[in-house]
Amino acid sequence: MQWDIVIGLEIHVQLATKTKIFSGSSTAFGAEPNTQASAVDLAMPGTLPVPNEQAFRYAVMFGLAVNAEIGRRSVFDRKNYFYPDLPKGYQTTQLDHPIVGPGFVDIDLEDGSSKRVRIHHAHLEEDAGKSLHEDFDGMTGIDLNRAGTPLIEIVTEPDMNSAEEAVAFAKKLHSLVSSIGICDGDMSQGSLRFDVNISLKPKGSDELGTRTETKNLNSFRFMEQAIAHEVERQMDILEDGGRIIQETRLYNGERDESRSMRSKEEANDYRYFPCPDLLPVVIDDAFIESARDLLPELPDERKARFKEQYGLNDYDARLLSDDARIAAFFEEAVSQGKDAKLAANWVLGEFSARLNAEDKTVVQAPITGSQLGQLVARIADNTVSSSGAKKVFEALWNGDADNADAIIEAQGLKQVSDTGALEQMVDEVLAGMPDQVAQYQEEADPKKQKKMLGGFMGPLMKASKGQGNPKLFNEILVRKLGG
Amino acid sequence: MHNKSVAELSRELESGKISSVELTREFLDRIKAEDRQYNSFITVTEDQALADAKTADEQRAAGKASVWTGVPFAHKDIFCTNGVATTCGSKMLANFVPPYDATVTANFRAAGAVCLGKTNMDEFAMGSSNESSFFGAVTNPWGLNNGEKRVPGGSSGGSAAAIAARLVPAATATDTGGSIRQPAALCGVTGLKPTYGRVSRYGMIAFASSLDQGGTMARTAEDNALMLNVMAGFDPKDCTCVDRAVPDYTATLDEPLKGLRIGLPKEYFSDQLSPAMEQQVRNAVKEYEKLGATVKEVSLPRAKLAIAAYYVIAPAEASANLSRFDGVRYGYRCDNPKDLNDLYTRTRAEGFGGEVKRRILVGTYALSAGYFDAYYLKAQKVRRLIQQDFVNAFKEVDVLMSPVTPSPAFVQGEKTSDPVTMYLEDVFTIAVNLAGVPAMSVPAGFVDGLPVGLQIIGNYFEEARLLNAAHQYQQVTDWHQKLPQ
Repeated sequence: MQWDIVIGLEIHVQLATKTKIFSGSSTAFGAEPNTQASAVDLAMPGTLPVPNEQAFRYAVMFGLAVNAEIGRRSVFDRKNYFYPDLPKGYQTTQLDHPIVGPGFVDIDLEDGSSKRVRIHHAHLEEDAGKSLHEDFDGMTGIDLNRAGTPLIEIVTEPDMNSAEEAVAFAKKLHSLVSSIGICDGDMSQGSLRFDVNISLKPKGSDELGTRTETKNLNSFRFMEQAIAHEVERQMDILEDGGRIIQETRLYNGERDESRSMRSKEEANDYRYFPCPDLLPVVIDDAFIESARDLLPELPDERKARFKEQYGLNDYDARLLSDDARIAAFFEEAVSQGKDAKLAANWVLGEFSARLNAEDKTVVQAPITGSQLGQLVARIADNTVSSSGAKKVFEALWNGDADNADAIIEAQGLKQVSDTGALEQMVDEVLAGMPDQVAQYQEEADPKKQKKMLGGFMGPLMKASKGQGNPKLFNEILVRKLGG
Repeated sequence: MHNKSVAELSRELESGKISSVELTREFLDRIKAEDRQYNSFITVTEDQALADAKTADEQRAAGKASVWTGVPFAHKDIFCTNGVATTCGSKMLANFVPPYDATVTANFRAAGAVCLGKTNMDEFAMGSSNESSFFGAVTNPWGLNNGEKRVPGGSSGGSAAAIAARLVPAATATDTGGSIRQPAALCGVTGLKPTYGRVSRYGMIAFASSLDQGGTMARTAEDNALMLNVMAGFDPKDCTCVDRAVPDYTATLDEPLKGLRIGLPKEYFSDQLSPAMEQQVRNAVKEYEKLGATVKEVSLPRAKLAIAAYYVIAPAEASANLSRFDGVRYGYRCDNPKDLNDLYTRTRAEGFGGEVKRRILVGTYALSAGYFDAYYLKAQKVRRLIQQDFVNAFKEVDVLMSPVTPSPAFVQGEKTSDPVTMYLEDVFTIAVNLAGVPAMSVPAGFVDGLPVGLQIIGNYFEEARLLNAAHQYQQVTDWHQKLPQ
């Protein structure tokens, strides 16, 4: 039987506010346990929450970035359950009146097509603390530094139909929240956490199958593996005539295994009700506009601009626009290098390959966009050949000098483009190779002729000590041999 | 000195006739000698009080005194006091010493008042008789002569009894469904529940967040005004607190009442009220007519639904508010829990008393899947209608007047076996909390030698008008000056 895969995502995004959503405690990662937990975070008797305006601003920025309606009346609810790292015995979240309503994100797929994934809503809520089960000799340690960190939980419609699409969406979302500055994007610290809802249905069927939820995937690789694993698990069950149980599952990426965490029947009755300590928050036009003013250029907007302004193709424009830092590097290079297409080739080619090889991000690169741009400019104006340029790049990367011109000078990589001098060299070389000249001139096939030009280039480069402009040599040769 | 009001004591201190240390000593001695029979205090902070009094005397000597500098008072044990046990009347918090002050506590500290200790209360403010306290019942100073121990009302029973017994001239209190007004009425003292949002709730241990309001209790309306001057105001730590200018509540006490429009809600003069009680209330209204007020009957048609709505909303909020008492971070923890579930269930089973558990169960039930719409949502709709009743009534009149309670102080133990009878104690006070409007209880006579309270209800943020009305009444009556035998 053929199956359709149906995937929806829930993403917890930690907002990059300085302080917590309902208290003034710092949200910085990595402090000593419980040093960033105030009386409010500890849920001491009588303490009360006070909402952090910046968390609302960030949530609205997210809403605007995904083309969503903004909830004008944002209401907090209490989600009741007992757990030691949940100090109040309830999580403050939003159920019926979330701050971000329906929106969408367009994703680009490997085959060049694009797809729209709808956002159902996104709501503001507080993160819980951490339970530390190791190192306490049969006891559990509680660290409440994370308790009260602001989150938005983004819930998509079940619009993705493969692991590729889900991962493409996840990466797009990661790039979006990082580039608009509302999340630090550090997945290793749990700044983005993905829950994946998966179901299968017979190919073409309109009816959705029973879904499972796989929780807390914090890398794209684990997410891809977890989806593949769960699709296979469900397919095996369905093809054996079994039924999928609606449940929450945990995936172990190290072992590529999953296990049931709890079934629907075991699920808590969370007894949601509006939090009486927090009044409804009204989001007015002025607030929305002030949030809009804070939005930097979004990746989709940037991609369109790159195509328009620099004449880049869709693929290059996407690769250069997704990550704001790469985009900035590219634009810095263009400002020096003039030739945008050539700059794009160098950023996506030599430069990216070097970053990958050394496992570095763009901000860790030892060269700047303007340094690369100067080199691109020298390629464009024929000062240096492309093979010479690679040597210049190498020297820049290694810090031999801080600009391309100095390296070209020091290493003697400057091309000779003086046509008088080049013509003289061509005359001399052709004079020394009469047989080859004759062969060339007798050849009727222009393709074979073109090939034969290579035989003259070696001696010409030798004569020019490698500094002759190959393009000009070529032009002169064709003219002299043909004439 | 102990029969004097806050205003009088402040003047005595200012004149130099007595020092704060002497005054504080006098009240502390009274507490020591007399409170055995009332049990109105849970904690007496003698050393701290004397130290604070000494500081107050120094401030006054340096010419830096305010009205409250050096005046003794007490806090209901629901207000967190930095470094002093704050129990909320519960075993759950019997060992709890907060490392922070409630905003109300900090305000009195800043005003230079001398806190003598923490007054007894129903556990987590849940009760109308002060019999649910883990620290024992409080006895009403009134009615002891016929050999029966009567309740002081609740939940602020300790504050009311302490003031009536002249152990303190004033005490803070809280009111969720009548917990200031009912004990004030039963103990013959004057109490004010302000508008919801007028006084910060930060550091005031929550029972039902949308109803809880800190307020004042003293012998006179003037002293209530002096207290509210310290307590009222916006607090950035409580976002349900209203950012609105605070008047000097003493400034308008002497305004004449001529033309004051009084409404008598007919639903509050029902057959639940004994004829003797009704007579006292009507006598009080007559005094107001003599002072130039006009009186008409009004209706609060949905007021009869108040108790039912309240006993869904308040327990629902409480069920979540009390979840934090889990034995993990502070407060009571059961011995040797064998696992997490055992820690939770035994801590809460052993740490909470019967009435608290009853309300947590009721609230949990009302919020459960399948019941939420029929109980919680419906109760919120009723609440909206009750608010509308008050809004409509205040289009016609300036204040509403009614009894505070259906009957005077009852004998201890009389209603403990029947929670619903106990809940009916608050039949005239609860709607006010659901609406969020301010209301006072003012001593207005006696039935069988026991005090009767007149309830004066005002429109939102019209505390000054209530205090003015109460003060003027106290200029022509002396019910508030009567002493228990």
